[in-house]
Amino acid sequence: MTRPEVNSDLNRGASLIDATPKQQRNTLALWLSRLEGPQTLGSGRWFWLTLALAVLAAVIYPLFVDGWTVGNTAYFLVWTFMAMGLGVIWGYAGSLSFGQTAFFGLAGYGYGVLTLNFGAAYGFTLLALALSVGLAALLAVVLGYFMFYGRVQGVFIGIVTLSVTLVFQAFMAQTAGPEWAIGAARLNGFNGMSGMPPLTIPWPGGDVLLYADIALYYVLLGLMLVVYLGLRMLLNAPFGNVLVAIRENPERAEMLGYDVRRYQLLGFVLGGALAGLSGVLYTAWGQYITPSSMSITAAALPVIWVAFGGRKDVTATLIGTLVMIFLYQWLTIYGSQYAIVVMGVILVLTVLFAPEGIVLSLMRWISARLASTGGRP
Amino acid sequence: MLTLFSFLFQFGDAFAFLVIASMGLAIIFGMMGVINLAHGEFIMCGAYTTVSLAQLGLPLPLAILGGSLVAGLIGMVLERTIIRHLYHRPLDSIVATWGLSMIATQGVLIALGSTMQGVGTPLGSFTVGGFSYSTYRVVLMGIAVLLLVGLYLVFYHTRAGVIARATIQLPRMARATGVDTGKVYTLTFGLGAALAGLAGGLYAPTMTLVPTMGATFMVESFVTVVIGGGDIFLGAAPAAAILAVIRSGMTAWQGQLFGQIGLLITVIIVIRLLPGGLSGWILGGRK
Repeated sequence: MTRPEVNSDLNRGASLIDATPKQQRNTLALWLSRLEGPQTLGSGRWFWLTLALAVLAAVIYPLFVDGWTVGNTAYFLVWTFMAMGLGVIWGYAGSLSFGQTAFFGLAGYGYGVLTLNFGAAYGFTLLALALSVGLAALLAVVLGYFMFYGRVQGVFIGIVTLSVTLVFQAFMAQTAGPEWAIGAARLNGFNGMSGMPPLTIPWPGGDVLLYADIALYYVLLGLMLVVYLGLRMLLNAPFGNVLVAIRENPERAEMLGYDVRRYQLLGFVLGGALAGLSGVLYTAWGQYITPSSMSITAAALPVIWVAFGGRKDVTATLIGTLVMIFLYQWLTIYGSQYAIVVMGVILVLTVLFAPEGIVLSLMRWISARLASTGGRP
Repeated sequence: MLTLFSFLFQFGDAFAFLVIASMGLAIIFGMMGVINLAHGEFIMCGAYTTVSLAQLGLPLPLAILGGSLVAGLIGMVLERTIIRHLYHRPLDSIVATWGLSMIATQGVLIALGSTMQGVGTPLGSFTVGGFSYSTYRVVLMGIAVLLLVGLYLVFYHTRAGVIARATIQLPRMARATGVDTGKVYTLTFGLGAALAGLAGGLYAPTMTLVPTMGATFMVESFVTVVIGGGDIFLGAAPAAAILAVIRSGMTAWQGQLFGQIGLLITVIIVIRLLPGGLSGWILGGRK
């Protein structure tokens, strides 16, 4: 990019003049420096120490519980990608998508169709993962093109994306007959598709099959960390700054010379791809996907996680999502209807009393306390 | 001739459904800028109340009015307690109504079980050229037209309508002239909810009553409102007419699901071409 990125450079404290040669000299150091920045909360020694401790706890956690519980915890991690993607679209780019589950479902079914047809040999499941995520991204490109280049306003984006996922669900639900098959893969209507192989890592001396167990847990944990840190860097990069500028004032961003539609579309595609990643991982985790993963309730859940956590910060989104999924799992012991009612109540209360998100409000409060007690300058 | 009648019937049926199902949503959106995601649940509420009242022995028309009234009252209470605080945050108001919708759907599921005994479709059927058609569907077409005319008269030819439109256009000015704008918002939201309840009551005899029935109305009513844009009479009504052609055509050709898919593709193309919806396009030409 040739034009100087005013926002990010001012915030990093670097002067505009020497920014360009520095970029050329050391791209890696530049990107690493973006792990902290104006668009993400958390910086300094204490934050990274806390994060390292949390990661360490997550790493040694399987030593203390049995494999089944670890597999169940891996299930929590599956959803974080969709939530972080929604955080990018809603919190950072300021356009609320209600239809992340459409990308989730498309990629999930995509993975099923591909692996049921071509098997799992030679690491094909990893290629299937990439292709399915690509498929979800492609849907996001098409849908996003029509919406953002039609300059649709925020409210309508929600409705259109929600309609897409509902119609997609209705479509998949009626594919029960034997005529609805793609190659060897029967779509199976409302009963859903099952029997696809789990993610398989080719390994000399025998492939590693990632069933819902400790190995899958570690892979998901690593993936989640990579995506989380990657998003931190991306959101503090010029791209993220422009997204936030658009959220705050689209007209001004446009006047500064940015193509608002293109950035919104890119953010939307990123979110769609992350939702697709969750969809593939979900399907591979349980070797199972049904149309109800695109139902209106399923579509509401990511919105609730992100609203509860705090959409304007990726860390808050991540923490909030994990807390809410844990709570939801715990409540379903008493019946999933009750769990959904509680989720609805939490959503309404969050919107009314902590519109920034409960986790984010807490994080702001803690960092304000630290600052006032001299924890950091 | 016969196929023409059949097509006209299909068209009228689809038009009536789109108008009746979307009117409540369109009023709340057009007047207040709030997309009410609990719209389907107000419909569900109207349907359940109607059937309960009918089973208690009330004549069906009265039961339908009762359903509409109950939905309207609940709408007014929710506006006072929740929606009111979110007018300056349109995205949050949608999210909050979504929460309400989840609570309502699952609450009804817990309280009343997964299905409810319905009432049969009244009025029987008539035959044209060997095919039988439901008389009740024709009545619904008439009601849809009456509803449009009635709302037009209320909003453009009564004092209350003028006050409502004034509040929507320039809230501060309306307040300055002594209008209680808070009351207008409550009543408008109540009217929207009551119209949704009416839709539920009117369609209750033709469908199975399940707590998730609101979702069956969702896509159709959203699409109508998105294509219509902000104005009910210049937007939602013509949008319903156009969409009815597409829906009845696609349904006749490939079945109901493809009717829905056709609507969805239409809406995606229309928002690309006419971001302000039909009414934005029509009014844009006038400004």
